[in-house]
Amino acid sequence: MQGTVDSQATAIAVDHAHEHPDFRVLGLLVFLISESLMFGGLFAAYLLLRGMNEQWPPEGTEVELLVPTINTIILISSSFVIHYGDVAIKKDDVRGMRQWYWITAAMGAVFLGGQVYEYLTLGYGLRTNVFANCFYVMTGFHGLHVFVGILLILGVIWRSRRPGHYNAHKHTGVAMAEIYWHFVDVIWIILFTLLYILTRF
Amino acid sequence: MAQAQLPLDTPLSLPEHPKAWKWYDYFTFNVDHKVIGIQYLVTAFIFYLIGGLMAVAMRTELATADSDFLNPNLYNAFMTNHGTIMIFFWVVPAAIGGFGNYLVPLMIGARDMAFPRLNALAFWLNPPAGALLLASFLFGGAQAGWTSYPPLSTITATTAQSMWILAIILVGTSSILGSVNFIVTIWKMKVPSMRWDQLPLFCWAMLATSLLALVSTPVLAAGLILLLFDINFGTSFYKPDAGGNVVIYQHLFWFYSHPAVYLMILPIFGIMSEVIPVHARKPIFGYQAIAYSSLAICCVGLFVWVHHMFTSGTPPWMRMFFTISTLIVAVPTGVKIFSWVATLWGGKIRLNSAMLFAIGLLSMFVLGGLSGVTLGTAPVDIHVHDTYYVVAHFHYVLFGGSVFGLYAGIYHWFPKMTGRLLDERLGILHFVLTFIGTNLTFLPMHELGLKGMPRRVAMYDPQFEPINLICTIGAFVLAFSIIPFLINIIWSWNKGKIAGDNPWGGLSLEWTTSSPPLIENWEVLPVVTKGPYDYGIEQHKGSTDEDEDEEE
Ligand code: HEM
Ligand SMILES: [Cu+2]
Repeated sequence: MQGTVDSQATAIAVDHAHEHPDFRVLGLLVFLISESLMFGGLFAAYLLLRGMNEQWPPEGTEVELLVPTINTIILISSSFVIHYGDVAIKKDDVRGMRQWYWITAAMGAVFLGGQVYEYLTLGYGLRTNVFANCFYVMTGFHGLHVFVGILLILGVIWRSRRPGHYNAHKHTGVAMAEIYWHFVDVIWIILFTLLYILTRF
Repeated sequence: MAQAQLPLDTPLSLPEHPKAWKWYDYFTFNVDHKVIGIQYLVTAFIFYLIGGLMAVAMRTELATADSDFLNPNLYNAFMTNHGTIMIFFWVVPAAIGGFGNYLVPLMIGARDMAFPRLNALAFWLNPPAGALLLASFLFGGAQAGWTSYPPLSTITATTAQSMWILAIILVGTSSILGSVNFIVTIWKMKVPSMRWDQLPLFCWAMLATSLLALVSTPVLAAGLILLLFDINFGTSFYKPDAGGNVVIYQHLFWFYSHPAVYLMILPIFGIMSEVIPVHARKPIFGYQAIAYSSLAICCVGLFVWVHHMFTSGTPPWMRMFFTISTLIVAVPTGVKIFSWVATLWGGKIRLNSAMLFAIGLLSMFVLGGLSGVTLGTAPVDIHVHDTYYVVAHFHYVLFGGSVFGLYAGIYHWFPKMTGRLLDERLGILHFVLTFIGTNLTFLPMHELGLKGMPRRVAMYDPQFEPINLICTIGAFVLAFSIIPFLINIIWSWNKGKIAGDNPWGGLSLEWTTSSPPLIENWEVLPVVTKGPYDYGIEQHKGSTDEDEDEEE
């Protein structure tokens, strides 16, 4: 899909007609800079609100730690799991890749389930106070990204049904899903620090 | 000079592709960067006309001191949507989406952008976004100005305001996707024979612009999402009585919207750096200075946003910091202006429409820039804040600095895009009317502002009436100035003089292909043998610089 509508048989043009898998990865990386800054905007707003309010979180908003900690462990380990999938495809092991990707998707689903459970049991809602506003918008937004990540992973699994679609030399899609997943993970670590750990001090 | 090497023994065989696009291809999801560029330009121009009509309506209202033409709500809605459309739907899409898409691959010797389908997707986010914005008039129209500051935006016309927010998020997404595409394209798709120091200055400008858009747009999106929640879901991020704070919105907003002025102006500067050397027949003065100053503006531009908030209770140390950083941005801008003037100096200037608009831009931008420096200084800003002085300043920059540049670009590249020349007499008439109109409309506004007329009002104190009348007459001159332009475009597109591949004797790569370019841009990719601005260097070897268009 890269570079040209069509190709021609000249020395320079041939170079252009080739697939440029690295472009797509590069494109994704550049795009993720942008995504980070959107989260960056939310983080900045959160920190400013935190600095402007005397008590943080305001009285009556108890931050639960148990479920989110388990969730965090699951999400972080899923980053290792998905990496094994990438290692597998580089050894031409499509089945192994599918396996690891299935597990990652499942872990992502458990994470989202945990988040929903947390929302249902927290005892405060989106509108309770400005901390709760931040809490739901930020975690909700991140949850949306996890959801998109799961869709990407499932997309990779779906495409890998075709024999030879991915192999040791052709696995850009696999790599992109992995990169995105790591990104979602990194954002979560910052979120977890801001919303859960820092509210303890 | 840059030439396409045409191997005579390789016949062109593209059976499944037509040689050129048909008119209806411009109305489809086409992935060719040239089609997308023209789609952007035409769409943006339609929005310009709509936004312009709103401006004329506002000026008609302001011709007299009382409110007898538009009711205040409608005035506010027009004012809000005029500003929004002009910025988000005209200058930014035309400069970045239009010229950027059309020119960047042609200038770097690529067959298309790095991600053609993403490119088409980015364009097609624009029309629905614009429709959403205009549809907000059915719900009374957003009232809170293009900045949409809370609490005003959270309490007036909430449905319309939400539509406004979604429209901006859509164009913002479009602009982020576009930036990703530009960055990867410029970075990776230059023809191998092109060195970085042979990259046309327009491409340098697009690179800086894209970086800036990539970093600042998502922050605006974050701010707007919070605003959307405040309006519709009962949160209180920006509601002081519930622990929120309106100044947070201002920070997020201006972190984007200050750089947005560079998003508008950097590509225009790029256009200037292409137009001026070609029509002055001289190498550009200070290639590196211009290229690096784009990047410098991009970096420093990210650190000056607070100058819009000097009156928002900003602590003095912050005012100091941001006054100084604001004044620093004037330096790379000054460098560019100096370079262009030095390029013009002693050149064999062709005073055609493109060059007239370029020189017009220079003169007006200097004035707009000077009033900008005064505004960047906290003490002056505090005096004239929210008066017509500000309106005068940003119209000098936006009209004189952006619209003039877009026109210069259109006159310059129209022959490349369509294969036909625009009519020069109509072009000069267009320029004269626009130049007079702009100054007549906006110069008196400085005076209005210093005398204390507030902005964003439909009714004002009768003492301001005479000056306002002059502004309104100017606005009508501006409105009429469009007519020769439209006639020119439509007539010349069909019947204009055939341009040939390189009517201006330009040296950058886009002039090495046919006009309009083939679908694949070149039959064989060009090889760069010379810098894009080496005008007149031939003279030493005995040939003149005018007969350089010896392409196939
Ligand atoms: C046809 C020429 C134009 C006329 C007569 C015109 C007139 C006006 C008027 C009367 C206002 C309202 C000022 C106020 O009430 O504060 C305004 C606001 C504005 N205009 Fe224009 N304008 C023109 C072109 C442009 C262009 C080309 C741009 C940008 C590219 C632009 C950008 C803006 C912006 C950003 C605002 C501020 C809106 C706000 O405060 O929310 N205008 N213009
Ligand atoms: Cu600014």
